[in-house]
Amino acid sequence: MKPMAILVAAMLIVALAAPTVLAFCGFYVAKADSKLFNHASQVVLVRHENKTVITMANDFKGDPKEFAIVVPVPTVLEKGQIRVGDRALIEHLDAYSAPRLVEYFDDDPCRPVARYDFLQAARQRAMVLQETMAERARSLGVTIEAQYTVGEYDILILSARESAGLETWLRDSGYRLPAGASSVLGSYLKQGMKFFVARVNLKEQGRLGFTYLRPLQMAFDSPKFMLPIRLGTLNADGYQELFVYALTRKGRVETTNYRTVRLPTGTDLPVYVKDEFPQFYRAMFAEQVKRESMRAVFLEYAWDMGWCDPCAADPLSPEELRKLGVFWLAESESGSAVNRPRSRPGGPVDVFLTRLHVRYDATSFPEDLVFQETADRANFQGRYILRHPWKGEAKCEAAERYRQALRIRAEREAANLSSLTGWPIEDVRRKIGPVSGGEGRPDDRAWWQKLFGE
Amino acid sequence: MNRLASVETAAPFAAAPAGLHTALAVRRWDPRLYQIATLAGLLGYGLGWLDLEIQPQTALAILASALATQLACARLAGRGRFDPRSALISGLSLCLLLRTGSLSLAMLAAVVAIASKFTVRIRGKHVFNPTNFALVAMMLAAQDVWVSPGQWGSGIVFAFLLAAAGGLVVNRAARADVTVAFLACYSGLLVGRSLWLGEPLAIPMHRLENGALILFSFFMISDPRTTPDSRLGRLLFAAFVALGAYTVQFWLFRTNGLLWSLALCSLGVPLIDRLLPGPRYRWTTVETFRPGERNLV
Repeated sequence: MKPMAILVAAMLIVALAAPTVLAFCGFYVAKADSKLFNHASQVVLVRHENKTVITMANDFKGDPKEFAIVVPVPTVLEKGQIRVGDRALIEHLDAYSAPRLVEYFDDDPCRPVARYDFLQAARQRAMVLQETMAERARSLGVTIEAQYTVGEYDILILSARESAGLETWLRDSGYRLPAGASSVLGSYLKQGMKFFVARVNLKEQGRLGFTYLRPLQMAFDSPKFMLPIRLGTLNADGYQELFVYALTRKGRVETTNYRTVRLPTGTDLPVYVKDEFPQFYRAMFAEQVKRESMRAVFLEYAWDMGWCDPCAADPLSPEELRKLGVFWLAESESGSAVNRPRSRPGGPVDVFLTRLHVRYDATSFPEDLVFQETADRANFQGRYILRHPWKGEAKCEAAERYRQALRIRAEREAANLSSLTGWPIEDVRRKIGPVSGGEGRPDDRAWWQKLFGE
Repeated sequence: MNRLASVETAAPFAAAPAGLHTALAVRRWDPRLYQIATLAGLLGYGLGWLDLEIQPQTALAILASALATQLACARLAGRGRFDPRSALISGLSLCLLLRTGSLSLAMLAAVVAIASKFTVRIRGKHVFNPTNFALVAMMLAAQDVWVSPGQWGSGIVFAFLLAAAGGLVVNRAARADVTVAFLACYSGLLVGRSLWLGEPLAIPMHRLENGALILFSFFMISDPRTTPDSRLGRLLFAAFVALGAYTVQFWLFRTNGLLWSLALCSLGVPLIDRLLPGPRYRWTTVETFRPGERNLV
């Protein structure tokens, strides 16, 4: 067996005697609490050279005692390499990088132009775990390499000689494994990986007083920059959703074994989308996934963490980034030993954020995600534009031209929305309603119909 | 287009009567023209449908730099005739593979690619495939350069088309043996690994459907000017490249194993040629062939 120093992460949630087996994490982008994406996980990957810090979050809503997580890890992790993260930080990261809506208000067509910008963004989710034991381990060839309690979690690091023993041990210990788990566990074992198993320690959870499960964070050295997703596809009912926030120094992160595709951006949409932005985002994402036959990873955001334009949320402060595991900020801080004034969000920081969004199942994504960091520092964001027509009085020659242009614009926006989301164009037109300043939509009859009448 | 494919066939024609020349020569087209057409088609497809991360002006700058370097080097090396074909192939390949945020680095890569043909030579034969050399050298030397192996995705239909088009090229170039041997070894390694790990075969299949792998196998490793001269040498070479690529990807966990491995194995080609000698390949044409001239491109 090679001296493997693989990277980590991944996702099998085994429910303890739970009626339903859940995917690793859950993600919701919501406006007014409406669910956006289900069966989703959020992972923050901090990576520089071979050092990796990974934070995994989900929003498991069930009984904490029914929750457990199994993650293949490259090495035996010591207690100091694992800690409990802060869910709010991931929420902040999500808000900062989420696709955004921008509004422009048309000016009086009879006067010169001035513009106002603002936006609104999407929202999000959470995380969890449970408890352990260890008896028949030896006889089954399973070794408990380490065992400790971190925050509200009881954690085991397991290694095993072969997958059948590991599977038996996990089942005996009360974990419900999905069918097919054995062979996937076996392939990770043969690659020299260990298994990180976490459950919620109810006593600790009660003592700490958290009503939700906090993210787990782990730090390790490994040349491998990947995310094991295969275990997660086993217990998934249908497809799963994964958000990866990569925090790196050099530039954008992309997958090397799947195509990374930019989400469509910069499109003008009908104004009514303002009230349906979450639905729009969900439908658009579904449509893009369909177009790529569910075989692509989508880039939703790539930006230097120092700023944003427009900002869906403030950039994360150096303090927040350090808590997420951006270790080079901590190093440069302690190296300089300067007692700096309060960290200013939006100030220059040496961090580049890539937000990737994947919808996957075992068929379309047969192998684990493998990443590389590129030198690309070009900014990218999912940004959609609403243009409000001028509502005031306008009586001039230019106003007439403006009204004509409005009708054409409305039709173009309807076509954009229909094409991005797959919503029928008739429905979109109906929702847009009569275009202000004109008598409805442009006349789309053929020229001969216009000539000869209906 | 009266081109002949190799020195083995070209040499007798050089002494043949002019009429026979033309009659026999027109049967074969220069494989490089197929290659240029295919690569240009892929670039168009990539720009139009796959959203490849290259600006048209960068692509033009790369092509112009490659051609200019070819012209300059040919003059300096005292080879009067300017032949744009190989330079175009290298330039197009760079457009398909090289990614950088800097226009000057893109142009430098093109210069490095073409210049390497004229400078990095052992026993009159250039050592590296020019594109491969430029990519590896730039990735080693510059921060702002990368290659995106996932950019082609894994659409099986696309892979098939690419393979068919590439197949045409290698058949014409008479070096299909390297491609076949490489693909056989590499597939064997991938499938063997998955069988050993107990993974479903969908995993090696997904890896083999990769457009970048197909492109590498049919357009880069098959370069007849840098592969060993003898067939046995070429088979050995293909096996080493496959093994190296596998090692980089699955033992060192680095990306672009194919490129690193090819560059490294190319260093061993002079040794293979010494141990297993064979007739030298050349892109010869009836008009341009001159006895004693070597390594036109």
